[in-house]
Amino acid sequence: MALPKHADTLERVWHYTYLVICGLIFLFLIAPILIVIPLSFNAEPYFTFTEKMLAFDPTGYSTRWYDLLLTFGMDSPEGARDGSWWRDAWANSAWINAAKNSVIIGFFSTLLATALGTLAALGLSRPEMPFRRAIMAVLISPMIVPIIITATGLFFFYSKTGLANSYGGIILAHATLGIPFVIITVTATLVGFDHSLTRAAASLGATPSKTFFSITLPLILPGVISGALFAFVTSFDEVVVVLFVAAHDQQTIPRQMWNGIREQISPAILSVATLLVIFSVTLLTVVELLRRRSEKQRGLSPS
Amino acid sequence: MTAETGAQDALVTADGKPLKAALRAAQARSKRRAFYLVAPLLVFILLTFVAPILQMLHQSIHNDGFTMHEDVISHERTPLMVNLRQWFDENPRGTAPDEAAYAAIAADLLVLREVKAGGQVGTRVNYERSRSRSMFTKAVRRAERLEPPFEAAFMDLDEDWADPELWAAMRSSASAYTMNFYLAAIDKVRAPDGSITNVDEDRALYKKLFGRTLVLSLLITFLTFVLAYPIAHLLATLPLRYSNLLMIFVLLPFWTSLLVRTTSWMVLLQSQGVLNDALVGSGILADENRVQLMYNQAGTVIAMTHILLPFMVLPLYSVMRPINPSYVRAARSLGATSWTAFRRIYFPQTVPGIGAGALLVFILAVGYYITPALVGGADGTLISNLIAYHMTGSLNWSLAAALAGMLLIGILILYWLYDLLVGIDNLKLG
Repeated sequence: MALPKHADTLERVWHYTYLVICGLIFLFLIAPILIVIPLSFNAEPYFTFTEKMLAFDPTGYSTRWYDLLLTFGMDSPEGARDGSWWRDAWANSAWINAAKNSVIIGFFSTLLATALGTLAALGLSRPEMPFRRAIMAVLISPMIVPIIITATGLFFFYSKTGLANSYGGIILAHATLGIPFVIITVTATLVGFDHSLTRAAASLGATPSKTFFSITLPLILPGVISGALFAFVTSFDEVVVVLFVAAHDQQTIPRQMWNGIREQISPAILSVATLLVIFSVTLLTVVELLRRRSEKQRGLSPS
Repeated sequence: MTAETGAQDALVTADGKPLKAALRAAQARSKRRAFYLVAPLLVFILLTFVAPILQMLHQSIHNDGFTMHEDVISHERTPLMVNLRQWFDENPRGTAPDEAAYAAIAADLLVLREVKAGGQVGTRVNYERSRSRSMFTKAVRRAERLEPPFEAAFMDLDEDWADPELWAAMRSSASAYTMNFYLAAIDKVRAPDGSITNVDEDRALYKKLFGRTLVLSLLITFLTFVLAYPIAHLLATLPLRYSNLLMIFVLLPFWTSLLVRTTSWMVLLQSQGVLNDALVGSGILADENRVQLMYNQAGTVIAMTHILLPFMVLPLYSVMRPINPSYVRAARSLGATSWTAFRRIYFPQTVPGIGAGALLVFILAVGYYITPALVGGADGTLISNLIAYHMTGSLNWSLAAALAGMLLIGILILYWLYDLLVGIDNLKLG
């Protein structure tokens, strides 16, 4: 992108204008995500920077909204912060309970989506797979069909089959939504896979399952893990299906956020948002490291 | 020629099978093996995804609220409105209700009273003609006091019982399978004589909303294209160690919770929010005319453009990265200006990426629900929000299912187009 030496003035002007435009677009992409972080430390219940905050006055900042996350829903939030206070928080705090539900649902749906998705990706990447294109289209469709349609269908289906208001129902639905991501990432990893390795293992007497666990799986593991992380994030962020098929007391983090935003939006929502942004930065780092590792393993050095 | 084929047929494997047959068997076996790997997931998706959607489509053409009552606890099923339905069968559409018809309803009302299904039947008729539910609940309450002559008794209850529209609505409700919910979803209604007419101008709602969804989605697709093209180009032409760093700006929003991004936009766009404060603070705007950026179409468009931008950048980037820079250099050395070189040489090579990104963004935008629901207000909502309203607010589930069915058909056509032009295999995530 370096400017050639022979560029004339107009080209130079355009080049720097272009860079400024790109900078503004990157700002547009990232600023809305980062803006919530300082605002979540606001001492006042406002959604904007107070004068004290802009003057970097320490009294303009506080962690009261993070504290509210812990104490909201507790039996005795005012007590001394000893062992029993923390036990109370762990048992009764609304956000902690929502987080527990989200983690349980996310964990099991990820497990289901990853196991089934990896197996299917192995089949789909074989050249002899019959009806490959049509089956792939069906398996990816949960990602394409609008979530409101899926949720509507599940609402009718679960009320007939008795899966409504149960963890099982939510886990099955979230696994379905996560599966396309697992299939996409695992088939992408399998593109550069050298099939002579499995043939070599087979010719040396390994059973198919032995071949899978000691040859194939270690090689495609980075793809499997990123697929699993995608599936987990999908479940961890999903609110519409939960709203439609879950019982009233089955709160998850996104559902709690949704209620908070719709009813009375308070900066406590921003502190949850900040924690979730930190969470997604961590995940992105992990996925990026995995991708590089996978590229190195498969000999695809970054070009 | 024949000799050659004969010689090939003669080839056999070690255990004496013809080679062709043995090869065919081996190929069929490996096909089956590949299929067995996919089968568990296929069954899973068919059960947890395809079956629910088929059931939803069934709900959109089937509503037995008028004809069948199922007890919540005992699951005992009681057919409803039997006498009236028989009268409908015997008399063609458009027949004026006679004493026999009113007698049939009076008998049916007693059954409704017994199984407490007056509200259910009234609600079903209400979908076809408003104000019918209260008439039914009232009539069921007084069912036992209705005496012959029934026509006069019903007129005493409510003059509206003679309304031809009510009788048309009851006749429509009498068959559990109906296309009327799809008619309602395109602002049509069945007139008393059975013909299909438009609903009144002031109650037409759905076509307008489908149109708005289409227009806003196209606008959002266009905006994402305008914003994504320059940065995708920059990312594709920078050395990889810089572009990988800048890529974080694209991927971080992609990984961040949708609710977090929507919340951020609410914080930014509020009339007392950061953006308005900044404009007022810098003196561009007077305090009293702060811009209303949220709870309207502007809010929906801004927030959704931001949220869907990565889906445009990534396909563009993956098409731009492998473009050889020497083509543009060759054009320049042959005398093309930088604009001509871009327009004639570079841009045409990026068209597949534009198509892939635009189609993907459009598909996702058409069905968007969460962001318009939170920042859209009244006139920034899309068709998905209306489906949700009928599911959770008005409880007209069949209409919700019909609207969802129409949206689904549109999405599936676009999806098929995407598969045809781009190929699902080429869908990439970061």
